[in-house]
Amino acid sequence: MTSRSDRQRLGSNRLAHAVLMLGSLVMMFPFLWQLKMAFSSQAEIQSVPPDLLPAQLRWSNFSEVFQRLPFLDQFWVSIAVTVGRTVGQLVLCSMAGYAFARMSFRLKGVMLALILSILMVPSQVYLIPQYQIIQQLGWLDSIQGIVAPGVFSAFGTFLMMQFFKSIPAELEEAARLDGCNPWQTFWKVVLPVAKPGLISLAIITVLASWADLLWPLVVTSSPERMPLAVGLATLSGYQGTISPGVLMAAALMAMAPVLILFVVLQRRVVEGIAFSGLK
Amino acid sequence: MSRRRSADGRWPWLFVLPTFLGVLVFYLWPLVKTLYDSFTETGPFGGSTWVGGANYSQLFADSEVYRAVVNTVVYTAIVLLGIPLAVLFASLLNRPGLRGVMIYRTLFFLPYVAMPTAISLVWRIIYNGEYGVLNQALGVVGVDGPSWITTPWFALVAVALLGLWMSIGFNMIVLSAGLKGIPGELYEAASLDGASQVQQFRSITVPLLTPSIFFLSVVTTIAGFQLFDQLFALLGPTNPVMPKTQSLVFLFYDAAFVGNERGYAAAVAVLILAVVGLLTLFQFRFQRRWVNYD
Repeated sequence: MTSRSDRQRLGSNRLAHAVLMLGSLVMMFPFLWQLKMAFSSQAEIQSVPPDLLPAQLRWSNFSEVFQRLPFLDQFWVSIAVTVGRTVGQLVLCSMAGYAFARMSFRLKGVMLALILSILMVPSQVYLIPQYQIIQQLGWLDSIQGIVAPGVFSAFGTFLMMQFFKSIPAELEEAARLDGCNPWQTFWKVVLPVAKPGLISLAIITVLASWADLLWPLVVTSSPERMPLAVGLATLSGYQGTISPGVLMAAALMAMAPVLILFVVLQRRVVEGIAFSGLK
Repeated sequence: MSRRRSADGRWPWLFVLPTFLGVLVFYLWPLVKTLYDSFTETGPFGGSTWVGGANYSQLFADSEVYRAVVNTVVYTAIVLLGIPLAVLFASLLNRPGLRGVMIYRTLFFLPYVAMPTAISLVWRIIYNGEYGVLNQALGVVGVDGPSWITTPWFALVAVALLGLWMSIGFNMIVLSAGLKGIPGELYEAASLDGASQVQQFRSITVPLLTPSIFFLSVVTTIAGFQLFDQLFALLGPTNPVMPKTQSLVFLFYDAAFVGNERGYAAAVAVLILAVVGLLTLFQFRFQRRWVNYD
């Protein structure tokens, strides 16, 4: 009886594998094709029928990226923007989330309601006034201009608030009895316990900032001050002059950091997205 | 004790004010400003004048707006097809004793974490009408593929297929959390009653997943109506197909930052807000008919 149902399950797991492999092939194909094209000459990319592998590995596509595009500048802008936003959100959202979860103060309900009210509003609704504020600050075409609105997050505040609500209050009681003030309690006792929540928020913020297009697109105008997402999206001007293999190499290097982050931290990323998605 | 309490009384402000002031300046004030701006017109020297509902009457008379709404609906409908696909993949991945789950998960989630503008460049070549691998594959089965990204309706379908491909990983993450919540005894009992795997899928898995499916359909619809990144990156802003393929957000971007019609753009933004709000409300109303909560 057992062996029969085991055999049945094995048989249908074979079918499951077939469907899943077909699916993952479709998911993987553009990446594999990109990898192939990044090492191919223009003629090889445009050949009909396509070659499955390039005749030789053309590393020159990668070195050409640095000669033809302001790739390194844009890479550093992306890094700076991502780090700035992520660190900013981790600090500010955890502080605010902690206060809303654990402290009582006047206007708490009103402030929380005001912050959460922006969760449902599409980002385009803020965009023009945000642009005007950045313009008046003289921050157009700068890293601080790209970063500024993104360090404040209703979603992050909500996420951290929910997280702090799930932490037992005894920990803080003990710290308070030991003479910690609220800041010390928060910094030394609460934050270390909140690591999983902070990691979720960090992962979501890193992925979102690295990919973000519309806001940095309107704030920046010089190619060397754009993050990679904008640089790659506005390449159409170059298109006649740059070989598709070079573009593929650039795209590959641009997404490498997040892909590596994902593969290394796979479980954490999945948990982070699930955690945030379901709240 | 009372001294401590009064000292505590100031601490919360230290924690809350940075975020609250930031949200006030960068989100709440802009929200009010955009609502106001949608009733004004930008002058040639940057000043603005009150024009009442003129932007809105222009909006409702603009055939581009209707086309953008239709485009967004078509795009969203195609991306929603990713949900049943994700249900299939997630439930196969959830089978007891299946090997290689981590590998499959990684492969399925890669498109979700890839950078949209970078991967769009790759798809642009895959979709190429002359040497793109998609049309060459279609040629093998005797189909003469179009020049995807320069032909109006095909360009929209191309953008939507990219959106679908990118969304499956996220859908699967949400669904697998839902699947973990289904007690195994239900399947055991059903097996004892002689229910086939297909019957179990239809009468246990799908009904108990409806809360996750509902969540995904709300999120997908909201995101669909904000279509911009893939459209911009895959087709390119100067693509001649754009007037026929654009989304509401592209229309907004174009009016605000290319055409410098801030007042009209603000009205488009308010329209996006209204449409997203109404659709979400509608989905929450309608959910009683099909979503199962125990």
